[in-house]
Amino acid sequence: MADEKKAKKKPKINPKRISMPKQTPEERVRNFEEVALGFTPELAIQEAERCLQCKKPKCVEGCPVEIDIPGFIAKIVEKDFNGSIAVLKEKQALAAVCGRVCPQEEQCEILCILGKKMEPVAVGRLERFAADYEASQGKVEIPHIAKKTGKRVAVVGTGPAGVTVAADLAVLGHDIVMYEALHDVGGVLMYGIPEFRLPKDIVRREVDYVKKLGVEIIFDYVVGKTRTINALLEDFDAIFVGAGAGLPWFLEIPGENLNGVYSANEYLTRVNLMKGFRFPEFDTPIKRPRRVAVVGGGNVAMDSARTALRLGADESHIVYRRSREELPARLEEVENAEEEGVIFDFLTLPIRCIGNDHGWLVGMECLKMELGAPDDSGRRRPVPIEGSNFVMECEAMVASIGNSPNPLIPQTTTGLEIGRKGNIVADEETGLTSLDKVWAGGDVVTGAATVINAMGAGRKAARSMHEYLTGENNK
Amino acid sequence: MVPNIHELVVEAPDVAAAIKPGQFVILRPSETGERVPLSTSDFDREAGTITCFFQVVGESTAKLALLEPGDTIPTFAGPLGLESEIENFGTVVLVGGCFGIGSIYPIARALKEAGNEAHVILEARSKYLHYWVDRHEAIADSVTLITRDGTLGTKGHVSRIPDILNKLKIKPDRVIANGCTFQMKRVSDITKPLGILTIVSMNPIMIDGTGMCGVCRLTVDGETKFACVDGPDFNGHLIDWEEFLQRRKTYYEEEIEPLRRSGTGTTVHVCRNC
Ligand SMILES: Cc1cc2nc3c(=O)[nH]c(=O)nc-3n(C[C@H](O)[C@H](O)[C@H](O)COP(=O)(O)OP(=O)(O)OC[C@H]3O[C@@H](n4cnc5c(N)ncnc54)[C@H](O)[C@@H]3O)c2cc1C
Ligand SMILES: Cc1cc2nc3c(=O)[nH]c(=O)nc-3n(C[C@H](O)[C@H](O)[C@H](O)COP(=O)(O)OP(=O)(O)OC[C@H]3O[C@@H](n4cnc5c(N)ncnc54)[C@H](O)[C@@H]3O)c2cc1C
Ligand code: SF4
Ligand code: SF4
Ligand code: FES
Repeated sequence: MADEKKAKKKPKINPKRISMPKQTPEERVRNFEEVALGFTPELAIQEAERCLQCKKPKCVEGCPVEIDIPGFIAKIVEKDFNGSIAVLKEKQALAAVCGRVCPQEEQCEILCILGKKMEPVAVGRLERFAADYEASQGKVEIPHIAKKTGKRVAVVGTGPAGVTVAADLAVLGHDIVMYEALHDVGGVLMYGIPEFRLPKDIVRREVDYVKKLGVEIIFDYVVGKTRTINALLEDFDAIFVGAGAGLPWFLEIPGENLNGVYSANEYLTRVNLMKGFRFPEFDTPIKRPRRVAVVGGGNVAMDSARTALRLGADESHIVYRRSREELPARLEEVENAEEEGVIFDFLTLPIRCIGNDHGWLVGMECLKMELGAPDDSGRRRPVPIEGSNFVMECEAMVASIGNSPNPLIPQTTTGLEIGRKGNIVADEETGLTSLDKVWAGGDVVTGAATVINAMGAGRKAARSMHEYLTGENNK
Repeated sequence: MVPNIHELVVEAPDVAAAIKPGQFVILRPSETGERVPLSTSDFDREAGTITCFFQVVGESTAKLALLEPGDTIPTFAGPLGLESEIENFGTVVLVGGCFGIGSIYPIARALKEAGNEAHVILEARSKYLHYWVDRHEAIADSVTLITRDGTLGTKGHVSRIPDILNKLKIKPDRVIANGCTFQMKRVSDITKPLGILTIVSMNPIMIDGTGMCGVCRLTVDGETKFACVDGPDFNGHLIDWEEFLQRRKTYYEEEIEPLRRSGTGTTVHVCRNC
């Protein structure tokens, strides 16, 4: 009620959020640069002024890491941009990343009180603005680091879950070593989400912040292979496993091993991590087929389809077995894809990949679907229409239908309880696994989810690990 | 080492401490380089070193060949893949060609230590392409050399294996082959009618080597497997070789481009078997 009164006192509130400048579709499909350009300070202040500064802010309840949203927005209104980032950093080590890729419309923004009558405050865009502003000033504040505890913690994986744990525990005075299987930091942020949505310099910048906290990062170290978790326990007081969900699913239809059929991980990794888009400057090649069919409907599928256009495909299709309503991707990304000319083939299910004499993909046999009764997930189940088979011609198919947790650590760790889907079983509140001194969180526990959920899990685990490390029995 | 096959010794104590015969490593020769998987031919846990042999076939291996002793490389990850099965099988024949002459060595050694009778057959195009023969002789029950041109040992190629088995008067319980794809396929083709279990070390295109991208998939006994985590060793009689050979050619056109551009193309000679 109190909030609504305030709203009446300030009738000037702009019902629409301030729109963020973007590259035009025509321009952006031809480059790998970021699509959304970000707020200027003036636009940020205008948007920040829309926030009612609720006493009991609903928005915060939607944020898995409980950012003081009105707090950081108030600082933007006061033009104290550095103060704003300081508020964010109390809870958030990757503000520039989350401001860009969080599904805000389902988390903080959906609960914003303004959303009842008009568009909610653009929390994510403001978060991004504050983080980018700080970076543009070239100096990044390092928080006070507590006195050294002498405890050593290993963190496996440099994705958002691992980075959060490392940052939180480093600030509390523990010595942290991060192990990364690949040759670069960031996990999916680096090898999965494309440059045009999340520039890699930003990921590197945010992880650099963790290094500045004194965290050591060891690359090309495959835990489970180079050393097992059980062996690492000899050298560390506690271990956090944030190894992600990297094992790609295929459709398991005939012909899927033809040349020209990719997992989204391969497709995106070639482009992102290995810089295939700068081939031949970088050595890893990437095919540039004329017609690309991306199978799936999530963020990963949108990223793959939009990447295909940027690599020069004439036609890039999203092939999805349900309809537009059921697309699991963020709406903003669906709209971006539509604007850029991605063709959506809804209610379509590939059943076979067709190859030529040389083992190259030339098309997919598909079935048309119709929506039947709702299934367990509450979404209407797609049912094939008999006899509706047709052939879709394409030179590349990208399977983007999901990933399972990375199997290496589950396979090689003794005493670790593993769930049905190959995930590590961990306590939801603390992240503690069945193995003493070992915590886990992020996609390796939940299966493929979101950046902010991985961070939330990291935050909880860090709290529990800190309690354990400084607890009575552990002095 | 010999023309076009280079020996690489890398100091990587963590990897050296953990590696087992049959496993491989992934390295990048430079910051812009591809990730190159290589089998291991030897390791010294005390010195913390790993030895690999590689053949120059493209841009990244050409860069690798230009390294000087003492240089450092940005990526050296491992050990990757599953180790070879080492047990007392009885009599084992190990066939190595190309870089496989090196990588079959630690497997032979481990099998010998496990109590097997280990017979080694090494194949190369010509006498001057053989290496490490003395090492093999030091551990194996017999070493037979094959050259295509007959300049050393038996003339011909792996199709001579049945003759060699006759001459040695052995009936192997298992054959293990390492080397280029064609050689391993041929060995599998030869041993299939003889009913001898044959294990080959598959070398598809790879990126991460940790099960993340799926590019290394192959069909074994009708099932899709990822060579980097389920292999690299597989039963050669169950592999869909035709599909495998097709998949290996995926980037053929693209790979020619940097070779021309970099001028390293002149020194390249792609293995005539492959
Ligand atoms: C293409 C794509 C687009 C996405 N878009 C969005 C989006 O818009 N919004 C959103 O919120 N989420 C998105 N996601 C999901 C999000 O990126 C993930 O949920 C999140 O990154 C999970 O974080 P994590 O820390 O658990 O794991 P990851 O980010 O997967 O990191 C795991 C890290 O561990 C390393 N590792 C694995 N095994 C080992 C080992 N044995 N030893 C050492 N290191 C190891 C990996 O190399 C990796 O670096 C997207 C995902 C993809 C693939
Ligand atoms: C598990 C495993 C172990 C291996 N062990 C060894 C080893 O011990 N010694 C060694 O010399 N090589 C080994 N290989 C092959 C080696 O990885 C490739 O030769 C190398 O990656 C080629 O890199 P490049 O950039 O020089 O050539 P590219 O420019 O990538 O390729 C040049 C040409 O070689 C072909 N090619 C591409 N990938 C491969 C491949 N994986 N194998 C063969 N030809 C390929 C391409 O069709 C292309 O035309 C192994 C591969 C695997 C997967
Ligand atoms: S981290 Fe995500 S959910 Fe939390 S405030 Fe920022 S955008 Fe919203
Ligand atoms: S963002 Fe919305 S819910 Fe949150 S404080 Fe501002 S007006 Fe209130
Ligand atoms: S190399 Fe990527 S999954 Fe095997």
